[in-house]
Amino acid sequence: MFVDFFYHLRRFGLKVTITEWLSLMEALVVGHERASLDAFYHLARCLLVKRETDYDTFDRAFAAYFRGIENGPDITEELLNWLEDPLLPDISVEDRAKLEALELNELLQRFHELLEEQNERHDGGNRWIGTGGTSPFGHHGVNPAGIRVGGGGSGGGSAVQVAESRRFQNLRSDRILDTRQIGVALRRLKRLNKSDGPEELDLEASIDASARNAGEIELVFAPPRRNRIKLMLLMDVGGSMDPFTTLCERLFSAAHAANHFKEFEHRFFHNCVYETLYTDISRWEGEPTTNVLANLDHTWSVVFVGDAWMAPYELTNVNGSLNYFHRNSITGLEWLQRIRERVPNSVWLNPMTSEHWGATSTRLIHSVFPMFELSIDGLTEAIDVLRGSRPNRPLTAPLSKTSYF
Amino acid sequence: MSFNRFQGTDTYLVTPELRDAVNVAIALQKPLLIRGEPGTGKTVLAEAVAESLQMKLLTWNIKSTSKAQEGLYVYDTVQRLNDARFGEGDISDIRRYIKLGPLGKSLTSEQRVVLLIDEIDKADMEFPNDLLHELDRMSFSVAETGEHFSAKERPIVIITSNNEKELPDAFLRRCVFHYIAFPDRTIMADIVRVHHPNVEEELLKQVLLRFYWLRDLPTIRKRPSTSELVDWIAALQRGGISTYTLAAEMPFLGVLLKRENDVEAVLAMRN
Repeated sequence: MFVDFFYHLRRFGLKVTITEWLSLMEALVVGHERASLDAFYHLARCLLVKRETDYDTFDRAFAAYFRGIENGPDITEELLNWLEDPLLPDISVEDRAKLEALELNELLQRFHELLEEQNERHDGGNRWIGTGGTSPFGHHGVNPAGIRVGGGGSGGGSAVQVAESRRFQNLRSDRILDTRQIGVALRRLKRLNKSDGPEELDLEASIDASARNAGEIELVFAPPRRNRIKLMLLMDVGGSMDPFTTLCERLFSAAHAANHFKEFEHRFFHNCVYETLYTDISRWEGEPTTNVLANLDHTWSVVFVGDAWMAPYELTNVNGSLNYFHRNSITGLEWLQRIRERVPNSVWLNPMTSEHWGATSTRLIHSVFPMFELSIDGLTEAIDVLRGSRPNRPLTAPLSKTSYF
Repeated sequence: MSFNRFQGTDTYLVTPELRDAVNVAIALQKPLLIRGEPGTGKTVLAEAVAESLQMKLLTWNIKSTSKAQEGLYVYDTVQRLNDARFGEGDISDIRRYIKLGPLGKSLTSEQRVVLLIDEIDKADMEFPNDLLHELDRMSFSVAETGEHFSAKERPIVIITSNNEKELPDAFLRRCVFHYIAFPDRTIMADIVRVHHPNVEEELLKQVLLRFYWLRDLPTIRKRPSTSELVDWIAALQRGGISTYTLAAEMPFLGVLLKRENDVEAVLAMRN
């Protein structure tokens, strides 16, 4: 039954490993004198969760699993019922001593055996505790002092209540994004190679050369290694992008402040790219997209930022541009495909969360570029694509011609 | 082994969660990874643990150029080369040129020590992975002399991170993790009282009110931390600022806010 908690956490998306789970078992054996749901909450969290961004997920999982145990006067009873082990209260002194002497290796072996069993029968979890209370956790259940819940000076409230209050919600990595975090994410975007320019003293090589030279000092110079990433940022501004202005500003200022790119350029567009890309946000000053494209090649990386949300004809029709006076002879989608062909190393960041990507226009653009959420996780994945450590694949599910309109 | 070894010190207040995390790390002999906002007392924790357990503290401050090897030992080839050229010292004894780093010292110490690896995220991204073996086995070899050292007493390892870089999973799996949340008002009041035992209750109340108001302003880019609050109270006390003045204005704002834009934003808001 208790091993269910392990699977329960994994179902909530926490990548708890067996090693970490075993550490928790070991900690429960070592720290048995302080067993309470509070202590268990602390123990489990510090051993199973390794990022504060996962604290909220853990809290939700913990609350969902232990809900209903914290209330009422008969907590002991309920917890024991929950453990579903009638043998526990009658545990003998010898058994208790045996438990305390339980070695990690034994525990490990037992754990593996039980895991295998668990694979065979999914309902069979309760045997784990049923076998005479040899489970380290079950042992806590019988500790009369152990089932104290609440208090403990942790700011009041039982572990479940604390978990339910979701104090760490704001730390979730899919929620927040500030300039510094973006900057840190962008710093990962580098590809180093030896560059031209003034040479630097290569200390390792100098020592090596001097040693080979029987101790006569010989200095070796080499060109320094420089990042050769060239980044073009193309941002959708105005209209439906207005709610995301702050977020986009942050991304922009972080990219602008990142001084480790070999080259950094940015242009603006509204809804979709047509024959002109703009150099200012108000979109007065611009230059022909073909010129911009001519200066780009496969050594560049292109990052689009936009909600990809518009009427489908803005992408698929000649003269489809939202601007009434604007006449485009080449469709927006065609322009996007040209950019993609010119610069395969390109991604689209969408400030809307992925559940809102169902619109036809979004799916069309997604079929040209790999698309990611403009969150820390999304940005990290997008950068992995640009670094080549994640497949560069747009959405493959083809859209039928008719669904364009 | 007793579980409740660390209980905080007179000057370092510890939440039950942090106390448990420290004790788990000690009991399981795993490194303790501490993350949190700057100024939440990550580094001071190691000092408090060392003080309360009466152990020696070794600190390894990580820089962007730090290498894992340096923590164990450095073979000072340049010195040896220099000695060889100018005929100084006994160059046949390589051990003379092996300089132990903080990690190396902590593994060769006769007594159990506390090792603080401060701001591990400053180093290269592969840095934590390079430490895995040593932290797991608590032993290392010196390739140049063939000597092998194994810790007689496994050190208590405390690692801090400001979260500048994501740490590798393999490394995280081996750590006990705790995130120091920013203290709430009650705990903050206790922390302030530790530093300023004579602070008037009314002043403290007003100060905390202002402080958390500032921190919650969305326009503030660099939010003030605990150490800045402690400094601010010191400034207020020395300046003889009364509670009444404090209620009307925010004196010595520069102690709390370090960015000009932030100061301007606050002043604009109050006008």
